[in-house]
Amino acid sequence: MLRIDKLKAGRLPPLSFEVADGECLSIEGPSGAGKSLLLRAIADLDPASGHVFLDGGERREISAAAWRRQVRYCSAEPVWWTQTPRGSFPDGVFEGTGSTGRGSRLDRVMRSLDVNPALLDQPVATLSTGERQRLALVRGLSDEPKAILFDEPTGSLDSVSAGLVEELIKFLLLSGRNIVLVSHDPRQIERLAHTRLQLAQAVVARVEGRAA
Amino acid sequence: MTYVPLGFTELAIAASLILINALISLVFRLNLERMLLVATLRMVGQLAAVGLVLKLVFDTTSPWVTLAVGLFMAAVAGFEAASRLERPYAGWQAYGLGASTLLVTGLLASLFVTFAVVGPQPWYQPRVLLPILGMVLGNALTGVSLVLDTMSDVAARERGAIEGRLALGATRFEAFEAVIARALRTGLMPIVNAMAAAGVVALPGMMTGQILAGVEPIEAAKYQIMILFVIAGSTALAVIATALGAVFLLTDDRHRLRLDRLTTAG
Repeated sequence: MLRIDKLKAGRLPPLSFEVADGECLSIEGPSGAGKSLLLRAIADLDPASGHVFLDGGERREISAAAWRRQVRYCSAEPVWWTQTPRGSFPDGVFEGTGSTGRGSRLDRVMRSLDVNPALLDQPVATLSTGERQRLALVRGLSDEPKAILFDEPTGSLDSVSAGLVEELIKFLLLSGRNIVLVSHDPRQIERLAHTRLQLAQAVVARVEGRAA
Repeated sequence: MTYVPLGFTELAIAASLILINALISLVFRLNLERMLLVATLRMVGQLAAVGLVLKLVFDTTSPWVTLAVGLFMAAVAGFEAASRLERPYAGWQAYGLGASTLLVTGLLASLFVTFAVVGPQPWYQPRVLLPILGMVLGNALTGVSLVLDTMSDVAARERGAIEGRLALGATRFEAFEAVIARALRTGLMPIVNAMAAAGVVALPGMMTGQILAGVEPIEAAKYQIMILFVIAGSTALAVIATALGAVFLLTDDRHRLRLDRLTTAG
């Protein structure tokens, strides 16, 4: 259970909501409404007053690094800081998986997103935008975070790849993850979200719920 | 020892060289005469004042006066180190960081020299301590300034990479790894260059001074080698301490990148 209690992110009013295990909450609103700011505040990447609990533990009770290993922010514009994608993955995720990680859990995630493991060792500059975004999703999920905050996960993907990402999100929900999804695609939200949070342009916010 | 004392007549002759600069500025309409005049007067005034102050300090040979002058030098150096940055840090902490790292490394280096190498009597002999502190501070100041500048500049430009690493569960030092490496490289470059080029490209100022004052070139070279070692060691210390300190300035206790702690006004 991911519980947000009076969290004040940026100019947004204090917000309180819950995302149960296996539940997906979507955040909608016009550009500049503060959707990314809210995700960043939940991942403790920006200072914000209020509380965020994951499975009963507040973020400040554990180190910031440990919190972000459990509550993962997947940015809309993934950045790579090494020549090839492999070096930008969290430490140790390739251990015991051989050079390509064949047969591992990581390999399954890669295959589910139709990512060729050989891309891991190709220069990032030669990869397409879609390949980079899918690799970034693989990276974000590689160390199995409990709660995942997706910021436009299919923003630069074609419909086929977007479909693969949605299937993966459904699989993550089945395995009991807490998912917060920012998306511009109302049909995607319709397909995935159990609960919808709408941010207005101004300072008004409300929560609409339907049974998970 | 053949020490040639300079008279005021000789100084006046040397001063006439500055007239050539003024002439160039006039002929080519560079409008530099005013700046040139101010700079010349400042140079003369400052050096004369330093000479007088040092004479007073050397005559007293008090550990407290020596300490006070040393503290003053470190404070000024710290202020200079954090000034004129491309992306300045908000608040006083950057100045504090610069001054404290320079003070600690400067004191360590000068005490090391006075105790382990030169061994003057008494140990706080300002005639030995202060010039060495000055040389160490001057060089470390360049390194510290370059590190502060590189850290804030690269952190702002590589924001996505730093926050990407933080989001994946890196600590602030892991996330700043590449930034720190770049800053250290930049900060250490001048002293490495100075050592590599010492004597071939330029005769270091201290060695020139000693030779002019009549010291044997071999002896002057030995002194210069020692000084360069001390400068290199203390600059390395200052540069590393500044880089690690700058990580604390640019992040908070929850390991968040805090670019809001940089001011945009440059």
